[in-house]
Amino acid sequence: MKIYDGGKILVGLIIFIALFASPFYLNMGKAVAKPELKFDTPEIQQMEKETGKKQCVEPKEFMRAEHMQILNNWRDEVIRSGNRDEIVILGHKYDKSLQNGCMKCHSNKKDFCDKCHNYMAVQPYCWRCHIAPKEKQS
Amino acid sequence: MRILFSFFAVIALALIAYAGVKIANLQFLFGVVIPYIAIAIFILGFIYRVLKWGSSPVPFRIPTTCGQQESLSWIKQNKIENPSSASGVVIRMALEVLLFRSLFRNLKTQLKEGKLVYGEAKWLWLAGLAFHWSFLIIFVRHFRFFLQNTPSFIKTIEGLDSFLQVGVPLLYMTDIVLLGAVTYLFLRRVFIPQVNYISLAADYFPLFLILGIASSGVVMRYFYKVHIVGVKELAMGLVTLSPVIPQGVGVMFYIHLFLICTLLAYFPLSKLMHMGGVFLSPTRNMANNSRRARHINPWNYPVHIHTYEEYENDFREKMKKAGIPVEKE
Amino acid sequence: MATKFTAKPDELSKLDYKPPKKGWMDNPVEFKENTFCWGAKGKNLKIIDFPNARDWSPAEEDWKLPENWQEIVLEGIKERLSKYRSLRLFMDICVRCGACADKCHFFIGSGDPKNMPVLRAELLRSIYRRYFTASGKMLGKIAGARELTIDVLKELWYYYYQCTECRRCSVFCPYGIDQAEITMMGRELLNLLGLNIDWIAGPVANCYMKGNHLGLEPHTIKNGIEFFLDDIETVTGIKIKPTFNRKGAEILFVTPSGDLFADPGTYTCMGYLMLFHELGLDYTWSTYASEGGNFGFFTSNEMAKRLNAKIYAEAKRLGVKWIIGGECGHMWRVVHQYMDTWNGPADFLEEPVSPITGTKFENAKSTKMVHIAEFTADLIKNGKLKLDPSRNDHLKVTWHDSCNTARGMGILEEPRYVLRNVCNHFYEMPEETIRERTFCCGSGTGLNASENMELRMRGGFARANAVKYVRDRYGVNMLANICAIDRATLKALMEYWAPDVQVAGLHELVANALVMKGEKERTQDLRLEPLPGKEAKE
Repeated sequence: MKIYDGGKILVGLIIFIALFASPFYLNMGKAVAKPELKFDTPEIQQMEKETGKKQCVEPKEFMRAEHMQILNNWRDEVIRSGNRDEIVILGHKYDKSLQNGCMKCHSNKKDFCDKCHNYMAVQPYCWRCHIAPKEKQS
Repeated sequence: MRILFSFFAVIALALIAYAGVKIANLQFLFGVVIPYIAIAIFILGFIYRVLKWGSSPVPFRIPTTCGQQESLSWIKQNKIENPSSASGVVIRMALEVLLFRSLFRNLKTQLKEGKLVYGEAKWLWLAGLAFHWSFLIIFVRHFRFFLQNTPSFIKTIEGLDSFLQVGVPLLYMTDIVLLGAVTYLFLRRVFIPQVNYISLAADYFPLFLILGIASSGVVMRYFYKVHIVGVKELAMGLVTLSPVIPQGVGVMFYIHLFLICTLLAYFPLSKLMHMGGVFLSPTRNMANNSRRARHINPWNYPVHIHTYEEYENDFREKMKKAGIPVEKE
Repeated sequence: MATKFTAKPDELSKLDYKPPKKGWMDNPVEFKENTFCWGAKGKNLKIIDFPNARDWSPAEEDWKLPENWQEIVLEGIKERLSKYRSLRLFMDICVRCGACADKCHFFIGSGDPKNMPVLRAELLRSIYRRYFTASGKMLGKIAGARELTIDVLKELWYYYYQCTECRRCSVFCPYGIDQAEITMMGRELLNLLGLNIDWIAGPVANCYMKGNHLGLEPHTIKNGIEFFLDDIETVTGIKIKPTFNRKGAEILFVTPSGDLFADPGTYTCMGYLMLFHELGLDYTWSTYASEGGNFGFFTSNEMAKRLNAKIYAEAKRLGVKWIIGGECGHMWRVVHQYMDTWNGPADFLEEPVSPITGTKFENAKSTKMVHIAEFTADLIKNGKLKLDPSRNDHLKVTWHDSCNTARGMGILEEPRYVLRNVCNHFYEMPEETIRERTFCCGSGTGLNASENMELRMRGGFARANAVKYVRDRYGVNMLANICAIDRATLKALMEYWAPDVQVAGLHELVANALVMKGEKERTQDLRLEPLPGKEAKE
C-alpha cells in the first residue's frame, strides 16, 4: 500500500502514538509502589494498648472516601456555627479539628496524608493555613 | 427511534458492566482484558484509517480560498485564509484545529417577509469549542492515574481547572462545561428541525456515550465515591503491563471504564475519526499556489483529444475562405 | 412536454424550511417539473465516447440503464475512493453538525432538505457505508446505510444536478468538506451510466469537435467578432483589426465562447477588443481553442482534461509566449487549480510579463496564464490607461463575486480595484453575500437550461435578494461580474427577482470608460445606448 504524503502522515501518527501511548513508555523501568499507610504512631499504639482496637471516627472504607467531606463539615460547624462539640472515640475525647484532632493520632503526615495524596497527585489546601505536626525523623 | 436506540444502547452497556462486575465478578475481564482490547483497537484502528486515507492521493490542488489570493505585489493577500506558503497553511490549520475557524463563520439564514437576513450563529461554535477543549483537559488530567510521578504541568492544569475551590473534592470547571456542552449538542439535534432531520443513530450514540462517561466520572468523584487509590493501582497495572485487580474499587468505576473502552473501540469505526481527518482535508491543508508551482497528479494519464490537425481537416475550406491561416493549404 | 414555468416571485419566495416528518431515507424522490434538465442525447454522448449513449428522459420510468448498472456504480465508487483522498475523507468524517445546511443557495431557495449540502452528501454516503464500511454492512439503516436501488440512483441524479459546485458549504464546514468535490464524483458515477443532461453533453460535444460550447465554426467566430468591430467603430470611430490563429503572436487570448454569442457577454467581448487594441497588444484569438469555459468539468475529470488540453496545444502550435484568460468563473477554477496538473508542464511558454508595464506575474509563473482582471488592474495601477469613469455615471454598480473565482482562486480585490477606477458609483452587497461568502447565480455547472427555470430562480434567490437590497437602498442598476455563466443567467434572474438591474462584465465597463487614442467623442455606450448628457447632436 503506497502512502501519499507519507512523511507528513507518519509524523502525525508518531505524535498521535507518542501522546496516547505515553503512559506505556513513560512508566517503563519505574518501580510502581502502591502507597502503604502507617498506623503505628505512639498515639495509635497507645489506643490499641488501652482498648485493643484501632478506630477512627468512622470505618476505614468510609474515611478513605469521605475524609475530606468530614473535615469540610467540621470546619463549617466550628467556624460558621460555633459548634465545637468534641468527638468521642472509644471513650476518648478529641477536638473537632484537623490540627488538634486528626493529627493527634495521625501525627505522621508524611507516612499518612502525603502517601496517598502524592500518589494520586492530589494537592489539598489544608496546609495552606494549618501547621503540619513536627515529625520525628525515622 | 434513532435517539432511543442510542440511549438504550448506552444504558445497556452500563448495565453490562454493572452485572459483569457486581453479579458475575468479572473484574479481570472488565478491568484488564477489555481495556487492553479497546486500546489496541483504538490505536491500531486509528492508524489503519489514517493510512487508508493516505493510500489515496490528492490529485489536484483544491484549497477552498476564503480571502484574497496572492497576486500583484500591491494587492494585500490574505495569507491565512488564502495561504500561498507552507507557513500560511500551518497557521490556517492551527486556527482550524485549535479554534474551529470555519465554524466561527457560521451564520443563520432566515427568511423574513420574503427577504433573507443573516444573523450571528455562534452557539454551535462555542459549544463545540467548549466541548472539545474541556474533553482535552479532562483527558490530560486523567494522566495522573497513568503516571507514577505526575508531571507538574498536569498538576498545574488540575489546579487551574479547580481554582474556584468549590466543594470537596474540588469541583472541576471542565466537568460542568463538558456536561453542559454535550447536553447542548444533544438538544440542538433534537430541537433544531434541520439538524434533527440529518441526524443518524451514529450521531446520538457518541453523545450519549460521552454523556455516560462524564456522568459516571462525576458521580464517582463527587457522590458515589470509589476507592481511588485502587483505581490508580489498576491503571498503573495496565500501563506497566502487570495488571492487578485491587479489592473494593467500586462498580461505578467499572461502568466508567467500560463506557470509555466502548468509546475507544468505536472511535476508529465512526465519524469520530474527524479528529485525524481534519488534518488531511485537502481544501484546508494545501497552499493556493497552483499557478505558481505545478501540482503533480500521480495517476495523471494521457487522454484522447481532438487535435488541431483533425479540426483543420474538418474546417480547412471554411477557414481559408474566411482568411484564417491554416497549416496545410 | 412540460408545462412552462409561470410561478410568480411571491409564490416562489413562500418557503418553508421545516423538513417533513418522514425520515429522508423513507421519502422517495419526486421529480418536479421545471426543476431538472432534459437527458443527454445519444448522439452527443457518442461524439465524446461516453458509455450507454442513447436518447433518454429523466421524466420517464425507464432510464435505459445497462443491466449491471449497480456493479458499474459500485466499481466506480471503489475506483474513485482510491484515486481521490478528498472523496474517501469526505465520506468518512462528516459529523452532521449542520453548519452547511442553510448555506446552500438551493436549500435557501427551495427549502428541500435534500438540498442541504450535508444531506446531499449523505445520499452518496449512505451507499458508501452500505458497500464500503464494516459498520454499514453489519448495521444497515441504523448506521445510516442503504441499498443502491433504482430509486436511490434517481434521487442521486436529481439532487446532484441541483448543486452548482459553488463551494459555499465548504467555507463553513469545520473540516472543509466540499460538496462540489462530492458532486463532481457523483456526476462522474452517473456519467458511467450515460446519465448526463443534454445542456451539458451538447456543449461538451460541440467543444470537443469545434473548439467551443456553442459549436461556432471558425469562420462564424471571425464573422461574429467582425460584427462587434462594426459596433465598436460606431461608438468610437476606431477600426480594430484583431487576428485569428496567428503564429508568432506574443499572447494567446482565451475567453468563454459565451462572450462571442449573447448579450451582455458580447459587450464584454467588445471590451477586450478595445482594450487590447488601445494597448497595441501583440495577441491573437484562436478558433481551435475558442473556449475558456469547460463543461467537461461538469461531467468527468477526464472529459474536462480532454477539452482543456486544447489551450496549451494551441499555445504551443502558435508559438506564443503566454496566455491571457477572459472573464469566466469555472474556467478559472479549471485554469487555476487543474490545467497545469492535467496538461502541463507548459515549459514551451515563458513566464508571463506584461509587455506594457513590465510587471512579472509571479503568481502565474508555472501555469503561464494570467487573469484579465489581474492584467488590467496592473495596467491601471501603472497609469497605462486613460479612463473617464464619468461615462459610467448613469450606472450604480454592485459587484458579484463568482463562486469559482472567489472560493477556488481568491480573485477578489483585482476586479474591485478595476471597477473603482472605471465607475464612480460602486456599492457592495451585504458582506454575508460577497467575497468568500458570495452566492451562486443558481445556474452554474451546466444547469442553465430553460426547462430548469424554476430551479434556477430558486437557486438564484439568495443572490437576487442581496442585489435587490442594494437596488432598493442605493438605486443600484448594474450587476457587474467576471463570469460568462453569470452574464448568461443573471439577466433572467434579475428580471424575475430584481427588475431594473442590468448585468455587465467588468471589461464592458472598462471599455466604456477607456479613452482611446483618436476616438471620436462618445455619445453611446457599448450597448449603443445614448450616454446621458452626451446625446448625439442631431
